[in-house]
Amino acid sequence: MRSPLRLERRLSQPRSLRWLVPLISIGAALVLGSILMLLTGKNPITVFQRIVESGFGSKTALRGSLIAATPLAFTGMCAAITFRVGIINIGGEGQFFVGAIGASLVGLALGGQPTAFTIFAMIVMGMLFGGAYAALVGVLKARFHTNEIITSLMLNYLAGILLNYLIFNSTSYWRDPRSIGFPAGKPLEARAWWPKFELFGVQIPLGFLIAIVLGSLVLFLYRRTRFGFEVGVIADSPQAARYAGMNTRWKIIAVVTLSGAIAGIGGASDVGDFRHILDAKGLQLAGYGYTGIVVAALARFSPLAAVGVAVVIGGLTNAGYALQGPDFQSGLVGTLQGLLLFTAVAGEVLTRYRIRLRRTTTAS
Amino acid sequence: MFEINWGAMNQEVAVRMTGIVKRFPGVVANDGVNFEARVGEVHALLGENGAGKSTLSNVLTGLYRPDEGTTELNGVQVSLASPRDALSAGIGMVHQHFRLVPTFTVAENIVLGEKNKNLLINASEVCARVEQLSTRYGLAVDPRARVWQLSVGEQQRVEILKVLYRGAKVLILDEPTAVLTPQEADTLFATLRAMAKEGRTVIFISHKLEEVMAVSDRVTVLRGGKTVGTVETLSTSTRDLARLMVGRELVFDRVVRVGMSEPSNPVLEVSNISAYDDRGNIAVADVSFVVGRGEIVGVAGVSGNGQRELAEVLGGMRPVIAGGFEVAGIKVTAGKVRQSIKAGVAHIPEDRLHTGLAASHSVEDNLVLKSYRHKPVSKFSVIQRKIIRRHAVELIERYDVKTPDSATPVRLLSGGNVQKVLLAREFSADPRVLVAASPTRGLDVGAIEGVRKRIVEAADRGVGVLIISEDLEELLSMSDRILVMYEGRIIGDVPTVQATREAIGLLMGGIVTANTGISNAGITEPQS
Repeated sequence: MRSPLRLERRLSQPRSLRWLVPLISIGAALVLGSILMLLTGKNPITVFQRIVESGFGSKTALRGSLIAATPLAFTGMCAAITFRVGIINIGGEGQFFVGAIGASLVGLALGGQPTAFTIFAMIVMGMLFGGAYAALVGVLKARFHTNEIITSLMLNYLAGILLNYLIFNSTSYWRDPRSIGFPAGKPLEARAWWPKFELFGVQIPLGFLIAIVLGSLVLFLYRRTRFGFEVGVIADSPQAARYAGMNTRWKIIAVVTLSGAIAGIGGASDVGDFRHILDAKGLQLAGYGYTGIVVAALARFSPLAAVGVAVVIGGLTNAGYALQGPDFQSGLVGTLQGLLLFTAVAGEVLTRYRIRLRRTTTAS
Repeated sequence: MFEINWGAMNQEVAVRMTGIVKRFPGVVANDGVNFEARVGEVHALLGENGAGKSTLSNVLTGLYRPDEGTTELNGVQVSLASPRDALSAGIGMVHQHFRLVPTFTVAENIVLGEKNKNLLINASEVCARVEQLSTRYGLAVDPRARVWQLSVGEQQRVEILKVLYRGAKVLILDEPTAVLTPQEADTLFATLRAMAKEGRTVIFISHKLEEVMAVSDRVTVLRGGKTVGTVETLSTSTRDLARLMVGRELVFDRVVRVGMSEPSNPVLEVSNISAYDDRGNIAVADVSFVVGRGEIVGVAGVSGNGQRELAEVLGGMRPVIAGGFEVAGIKVTAGKVRQSIKAGVAHIPEDRLHTGLAASHSVEDNLVLKSYRHKPVSKFSVIQRKIIRRHAVELIERYDVKTPDSATPVRLLSGGNVQKVLLAREFSADPRVLVAASPTRGLDVGAIEGVRKRIVEAADRGVGVLIISEDLEELLSMSDRILVMYEGRIIGDVPTVQATREAIGLLMGGIVTANTGISNAGITEPQS
């Protein structure tokens, strides 16, 4: 049996679809989610109301949501930067870890120095570590045509193992010597903690502000600079790029390194803004890197939009934490996020194809 | 699924399409097309690019569903929903771009995708059947050879064998000669005649008038998505067909030059260049020649004899093993695109849409693909959008590019307009030398006329032009001198006034005669 529907490639993409499709996707996810809730005997309207309230309804709720959103903004940008030029770096997870390792190293070492200096050093180290770790992927791809999906994924595991080693399996500089029973990271001195800013009474982490600035810079880089022009042409057609005299290899390495550097700053923010230690277990459980890919996909691979989407997803996550209890299964929010991704990807297909009804075939 | 009983051939008409309408956003590709092909005929479908030929054939092969209209096969009305439907109804398509797996053998490619009840392929049986088909229709190809080892002509034979193997009664060939040499094309025509004689129907899509005259029994001409008419080939002429196709008279004679070609004043001097192809085999072997100011030099040869590689060397995309070239007396470092650009080499590559242009990029971006690095297009590494747009608007106007606006992706333009964008960019850099690889391939007559005019105008301004083409008529009508490449060497250098189609054709096959060839691929002197 063949489906009566079939997909036809669109010859051109109407501009309105760029706004319409994401909206419809979100709507569809809400409808599907509601059906699920009705099936489990819940009133979807109350559930959504509660989610919105505990995610965005109050200053405290917003604060929590921004905390959840900050790491996702970085990993989302990390994925968006490469995905939009056809490089599939799914190594944001590992690059985030390595950035955290680098930033906590310098944060611990410079703990006694003035706050601004330490913060600056942590950002730079996170950037360098994350960037260098991603550069491995870039060099392998540019030089040896290695598949970046595989190398970046493998490096995620490697970074996880490195974290475990530093905290659990060795007496490294990062490990707190006082933690004997359960090994933990050495805490950062309070002077090295990153400051929070207040806007309309809502606390905003420094990392989130950095993410907004970076998002705008990257957008400018892609839209308005020579570098962005070249990267765009390379993504469109590598032969055309070569024909125009562009250095394809270096551009690939540069893009992947940039994306890793941003994930690395995310790692630095995780240490400086929130955890204040190198939290080997917590980082690996959080899965920021992979959620970042979801964020990037929902943002249609725009670096700045990724920051906005991160706030939505962060809010959902935050609401999930707040509402967890006997009357609110912890899986519900995850399911909603999953549905959102599902409909977003389906919507992406609809911007490129249209559905046509296959008329039943008859021979007279 | 349709099982058309082709055995009961009581019908004279194999395919009848009536009132076919197919709309795409913003275009009506087929606007009530009527088409009828008889059993046992070669029926040419003639029209400019964008006339609706491909859309009509896609409807017939089930790739598109028509918005209106009916299709009858052997008198039975059908509604084909997929190419598989079409194939089982006896319609086979030979695409312009081959759909073969290079690492598979010919036989494997032929059975690939076939609905097979057996899990295993009986290789010797398949080979035997393939061999039988190839001898019957003169489609010489070894069923055990791997596809990547085959020439373009042979690969096309595999495509034809593929549809014959599946028992196609109606064969559609989409511009099959675009990739063939004149000799290969003649062989193909013999095959098509043989198939028609056996009672198959051959639908031959083309925009080349000579071919249509040579091979078809009848011709249906499309223009602007409508059927202009169907004529008996014997009772028409190329001139009539051209008028039907374009809707106006065209001038096909030798181009008129205004400027002087100055062979003694060289702008491009190539000395002893050798280069590898992509697989690391020698593709260009010790090639030397000179192009004078304002001179148009043609390079003839069967494709795959080093012409493309030679063009890539001059464009800076391919390094040399030995030798080098000078532009206007200044040595150019080979293998560096930017050096070639700086020296003033304009390059129109064979693959216009994916090498010469970034297909998904806008017209305006493509117009600065080579100049974006410098002022005024970019300042301090920042791209100046306003300047790019102004530049684009000006060139679109000057080169008469048909595009909704300058932000439209070039892949949405027609072939002729794609080539106009490329020419506009290359000429706007004010080049000294133009290297053009198959500049009119795949274009319709109107567009060909325009491209040739632009190239001749450039030569009249003093640009030294090197045209690489497999279209001998083109070289004979445009160039001052024709070089013939064979197996990486230049084996002939003939002033066009002395050249005949036959003599060049022989040279392309590697046969050197006394008065045309250069016996041992030495340095060729420009001839006046």
